[in-house]
Amino acid sequence: MDLALAPETLARWQFGITTVYHFLFVPLTISLAALTAGLQTAWVRTEKEKYLRATKFWGKLFLINIAMGVVTGIVQEFQFGMNWSDYSRFVGDVFGAPLAFEALIAFFFESTFIGLWIFGWDRLPKKIHLACIWMVSIGTVLSAYFILAANSWMQHPVGYRINEAKGRAELTDFWHVLTQNTALAQAFHTLSAAFLTGGAFMVGISAFHLLRKKHIREMKTSLRLGLVTIAIGGLLTAVSGDVLGKIMFEQQPMKMAAAEALWDGEAPAPFSVFAYGDVDQGHNKVAIEIPGLLSFLANDDFSSYVPGINDVNKAEQEQFGPGDYRPNIPVAYWGFRWMIGFGMTSFALGLAGLWLTRKKFLLPQHLRVGDDEVPHLVLFRKKALSPKFTRLYWLAAIWTLGFPLIANSWGWIFTEMGRQPWVVYGVLQTRDAVSPGVSQAEVLTSMIVFTALYAILAVIEVKLLVKYVKAGPPELSEADLNPPTKIGGDSRDADKPMAFSY
Amino acid sequence: MELHDVWFVLIAVLWIGYFFLEGFDFGVGVLTKLLARDRPEKRVLINTIGPVWDGNEVWLLTAGGATFAAFPEWYATLFSGFYLPLLFILVCLIVRGVAFEYRAKRPEENWQRNWETAIFWTSLLPAFLWGVAFGNIVRGVKIDQNFEYVGGFWDLLNPYALLGGLVTLTLFTFHGAVFTALKTVGEIRERARKLALQVGLVAAVCALVFLLWTQVDNGDGQSLVALVVAVAALVAALVANQAGREGWAFAFSGATIVAAVAMLFLTLFPNVMPSSLNESWSLTVTNASSSPYTLKIMTWCAVIATPVVMLYQGWTYWVFRKRIGTHHIADAAH
Repeated sequence: MDLALAPETLARWQFGITTVYHFLFVPLTISLAALTAGLQTAWVRTEKEKYLRATKFWGKLFLINIAMGVVTGIVQEFQFGMNWSDYSRFVGDVFGAPLAFEALIAFFFESTFIGLWIFGWDRLPKKIHLACIWMVSIGTVLSAYFILAANSWMQHPVGYRINEAKGRAELTDFWHVLTQNTALAQAFHTLSAAFLTGGAFMVGISAFHLLRKKHIREMKTSLRLGLVTIAIGGLLTAVSGDVLGKIMFEQQPMKMAAAEALWDGEAPAPFSVFAYGDVDQGHNKVAIEIPGLLSFLANDDFSSYVPGINDVNKAEQEQFGPGDYRPNIPVAYWGFRWMIGFGMTSFALGLAGLWLTRKKFLLPQHLRVGDDEVPHLVLFRKKALSPKFTRLYWLAAIWTLGFPLIANSWGWIFTEMGRQPWVVYGVLQTRDAVSPGVSQAEVLTSMIVFTALYAILAVIEVKLLVKYVKAGPPELSEADLNPPTKIGGDSRDADKPMAFSY
Repeated sequence: MELHDVWFVLIAVLWIGYFFLEGFDFGVGVLTKLLARDRPEKRVLINTIGPVWDGNEVWLLTAGGATFAAFPEWYATLFSGFYLPLLFILVCLIVRGVAFEYRAKRPEENWQRNWETAIFWTSLLPAFLWGVAFGNIVRGVKIDQNFEYVGGFWDLLNPYALLGGLVTLTLFTFHGAVFTALKTVGEIRERARKLALQVGLVAAVCALVFLLWTQVDNGDGQSLVALVVAVAALVAALVANQAGREGWAFAFSGATIVAAVAMLFLTLFPNVMPSSLNESWSLTVTNASSSPYTLKIMTWCAVIATPVVMLYQGWTYWVFRKRIGTHHIADAAH
């Protein structure tokens, strides 16, 4: 059989395509749920209309996005059984539990309260309606936690034993699976990156309107909220990334050696800025390096020893038997860099924006603006940036609004492909995980169907997002400003059109 | 009763909950073509399930996740074996979810009509295919000694399973019509009742034949009780519908689904997926289940979480308890 079309290869491509695609929507859903909830909280507390208009605007984009997140998530729940039945048989006892918990605790929460929130504007009193979006937000975070705990178990299996008779892994300590440091660090890293993603999205779209001097009140508020979110999210992403990196040096030295294209162990080990090498020969032809930095990243010590790809490969051969235990080195190396590069670009742009749009006491009197004016971008104390540079900043914010999405995707590609050839590190190899009974034609069919469907839906989704972004925040109606006082809606509204209908 | 028996019951409960709830929203989706005369009526129908369809669908995801955790072998054999039908169902559910959310997001006639067509087909096809799937599970399929499905795609389209598909399709459409009569006002409510009678009679014939067939092939005393309850409930639903007692009609159409699905699971037990090749190759509650420790943890989770879920999901229905008519649909609302 042609190796390129082996069921294992196809199943991996399908998993990669459907999962990376699903994860385009997940971080935006997580962060926009919380940010929309924050804006709605501001509306309920202050009754300033700009907050309600902003809530409706971001809420709409959030809904367009979560719809895709939900439906692409359905595939994830069944894909293990379809394409990875031997994986499912081997790990179901351990891996199934967090998935079931996720469905029972988080999915019901999200899906039920999102319905209440969408249709509840004229059916629920203000504060209860607000509580619904917070419930959705909690649901998204819980969901992320459970599935990341499951993934962490694939990265670093704990709390299980192998039952030789049944030929499977069995759970012995569920609490350990949920709270091992890999799970905590992965959740921390993924959630902060989600907020970096939402922040960049918010800033880019606010910049789009501010550049055109439209919807200034709402977009100024959104801009500040987005910038603060980027700053906090970006900082936490970097910190958690460092923590997770150190854990990976210890738990999956191969992944980190591959991330650095460090072929042979060194003390001190350098951080690679650029490398071009020969995988067959096991060395780099070109390498630009910062001495000692990798040792520091791995062990907080500039002179410590870090094992290389060839060393780990040899060690794993001794432990697990003959074979090639190296992942795809160029993908791991560049995936790692693109993750950091795209993520940090957004972080830097957000920090710059936070400084440029500072207000009040940090700004001289003549540069302060009123509620309905676009803020000046002020780099130094006394003078605003020229119109040309101001425009450049807004444009940069618009053009980079998707950068964290690229960073997230590469982060996952890196961590999943960096674990290869293992599907569960040190326990089960990917080639032993596929469905033996599923034919090449079947996997190929489903891959083509999902890819084509997802591509069509992507076009529809992006067009819809653009339409609603351009439309800006909606005008408020009488009903918006007079929410019901009773659950189920006030009787005075009994014959009025629904505030929201499909 | 051992834990794997408990989990057999819980998986059955999840599927019953799924078919009870998504059953009527599939049905309402089918009615957008059968019942609605114009766009406002279509929108009335879609909006009766608007706030709840997503939560209903989670019963399926939970059934999937719980099967993975409690019966990994069942999960692996079922979804790798029924590969193409499942792919088809997944595609339908994806398009359906997007159709509900995106249909009203653009005013263009074409856009809305296309999504409405999508809602019809993506409700009808899974409603049919779930019946086919369960027909095959109960009947037994070609499973070898390694628990691998070795039959082909066409083996799944046998007369018994296809009849099962007709049963779920007609029963869900009936359930949806009764639900529509309960949730709407105006002329559409009257027409929903009339249509419910017609569809209900067809469903009654299909269900009776299918359930008797099941009883003769695999039944025992318990399954016979469930069969009688299912048929009695369906008759009661038809009578209540004719009498204009819409609440009762819905309760009884729901009870029909509960009893019919319960009967299928009763005939299945202690198998979860019988092999038609060799009885000893069947997947059972013992050889397909997880370890006692995993089942224990899952039981705690289910015992605590399920009532809470039912409580807040029930509350949603109470919040949106008001009937909807065409006058509730704003012309300008997109």
